[in-house]
Amino acid sequence: MNKPVHKPVVASALEQAERRWQEAFDASPGAARRAANRSGIELKPLYTPRDWSGAHYLETLGYPGEYPNTRGIYPSMHRGRSWSQRQLIGLGVPEDYNARLRELLAHGASAISLIPCNSVFRGYDADEVPPELLGTCGTVVNTVDDMMRALADVPIDRVSCALNDPSPFTLLALLLVVAKRRGVAWTKITGTSNQSDCISHFVANHMFFRLALQGARRVLVDHIAFCNARVPGWNPLSVVGQHMQQAGATPAEAMAFTLASAIQYAEDCQARGMAPDSFLPRFTFFFDISVSFFEEIAKFRAGRRIWAKLARERFGAKDPKAWRFKFHGQTSGVDLTRQQPLNNIARVAVQAMAGIFGGLQSLHTDSYDEVLSVPTAEAARIAVATQNVLREEAQLTDVIDPLGGSYYLETLTDQMEEKIESIIARIDAAGGMYRAVEQGLVQRMIGDSALAFQKRVESGEQTVVGVNAYQVEEDAGAYPVLEYPARERIDAQLARLADYKAQRANAPAQKALDGLARAAQGSDNIMAQVVAAAEAGATHGEICAVLRRELGFGQPLAIV
Amino acid sequence: MAERRPPKVIVTKIGFDGHDRGSRVVAAYLRDAGMEVVYTPPWQEIGAVVKLATEEDADVIGVSSLATDHLLVPKLMDALRAAGLEDVQVIVGGIVPPKDERLLLEAGVARVFHPGVALGEIAEAVRMLTRDRRSLLEGTL
Repeated sequence: MNKPVHKPVVASALEQAERRWQEAFDASPGAARRAANRSGIELKPLYTPRDWSGAHYLETLGYPGEYPNTRGIYPSMHRGRSWSQRQLIGLGVPEDYNARLRELLAHGASAISLIPCNSVFRGYDADEVPPELLGTCGTVVNTVDDMMRALADVPIDRVSCALNDPSPFTLLALLLVVAKRRGVAWTKITGTSNQSDCISHFVANHMFFRLALQGARRVLVDHIAFCNARVPGWNPLSVVGQHMQQAGATPAEAMAFTLASAIQYAEDCQARGMAPDSFLPRFTFFFDISVSFFEEIAKFRAGRRIWAKLARERFGAKDPKAWRFKFHGQTSGVDLTRQQPLNNIARVAVQAMAGIFGGLQSLHTDSYDEVLSVPTAEAARIAVATQNVLREEAQLTDVIDPLGGSYYLETLTDQMEEKIESIIARIDAAGGMYRAVEQGLVQRMIGDSALAFQKRVESGEQTVVGVNAYQVEEDAGAYPVLEYPARERIDAQLARLADYKAQRANAPAQKALDGLARAAQGSDNIMAQVVAAAEAGATHGEICAVLRRELGFGQPLAIV
Repeated sequence: MAERRPPKVIVTKIGFDGHDRGSRVVAAYLRDAGMEVVYTPPWQEIGAVVKLATEEDADVIGVSSLATDHLLVPKLMDALRAAGLEDVQVIVGGIVPPKDERLLLEAGVARVFHPGVALGEIAEAVRMLTRDRRSLLEGTL
């Protein structure tokens, strides 16, 4: 990629100048210090036109909204339309969630998310689990009644909803039933099934792994087919690099594994007879944004270029919409420290800037207190305010891809691209992502990177302010910590669930669950039956139980 | 005599959260530090952890909690006592608010580690707790 500039006379002048500088640099203090980024790319002290000259501009960068989309997927990017401010929220019972949701909407959030309770994530209703955990991390939502209360007075036909909703997508089913009851057409429902990427759950063991891998694989393709046909404004797939990077993958590894997963999902959809131009425009991505500023920006720019190439060349998609690498970014929780937690506000601002310069479509900024507890209301407000400051005070959005053309960033983008593509090739050689994760290849790479990073922190090679440098005496007890929901509220929620089950007509619910089991045994679309079961009154836990039985329970590999 | 065998430590997660970077990194570090590590994936039931502790004659159980699963640890302590394993030392690491830390220590947890702790500090604690447990067992046997 590093083409020398065209005119030899200029080159030689540059060479001379560079030699002069190099000698001066070598004589300077600190010249011997080596630097590398988290992906292991060695960083030079200076980049010049000798590294990146701007030759091949159209082929490698082009204009925003044009292939290969390196500078952005839309012609106007953030100049035209801001990213969505999408804060993850989920706590307590549906009423608690609804109150926090309305507060965030009033403070400028333009899209919503729903994080269910961990018991929901694992596939259970509230009455199946130890009550100590209910509502302590995420909202308890099991029934249509719960979803109605969670979304009370929320204009679901106008705000886009991101549901943290792994296979079998019961929250989407409940949302669709709520829409029907409110008279909102499904074609007006927009949003994303976050956590639909079963490979990332299997690899990184994030909390969302409910069904055995190959079962989840089938449900996902059914879900994509269902949404494409019935809920066309919905993004059924969000391919998640975030889990893997949080689990320890380097930024380049996380991007590579994510793209390799997307390749598998696209191949599965093709095998089902779907055309890439029909399903690829609804593929979305979700990434971690670490505090490694330039590396993250380069990661996103490289990912965008690779995806455009994959969609057009590997899958033959002709619709430019299919080449668009749409992604949500979340600032990295792993970078945050319990020590001097207010420092996290600064980290989050830097991470968010990296995401914005990286060209994201939607952003969650972490609350500074996430290392102390589930975020408090004030910390969540500061996180939203951080986005408002960056967008409206700092003028980050006036110019599209403002760091494009930087000798450093363009060189780094090329190097990250090369690194990412080499990891994708390794996954391809292993037989694709499903094979690679079943063999534990990806998990081992992630585990090695996690341990290596931790060792760099412990050796002091990687500074973490407040942890291995600049420590101060402090009292962690001095910071606010979210109170868990009062036991009475959880008891009331459990009583509501009991009432719900007692008062509903059981026969239709059971009939629908039987239909779901038959779909799982045969080849009917499972997602259509999940929605039918929710509509007939079946609960989240009941739906998951049927599919656990038919498709197997999710169990991770025990790899260290 | 108590020093001859390396410490045997179970590294596990109970409850519903799967964030396992911490448990994997700690397990790998303790293994590299020469200890015998029994690592489990997340989502273990309390009964399964107690059974494992019995079968493995574990000195220490390390429970990782990133998303409130530590609220189940008092139940684990009860289950260990009920199984006659009160000598097994339990440590907890992860995101544990101060109020919950007090709750855990009162329930008999030996140590609680927070984000930013050095891995070496965890290893040292495991060695010390192993010595304590073994001398306790030898004293009572």
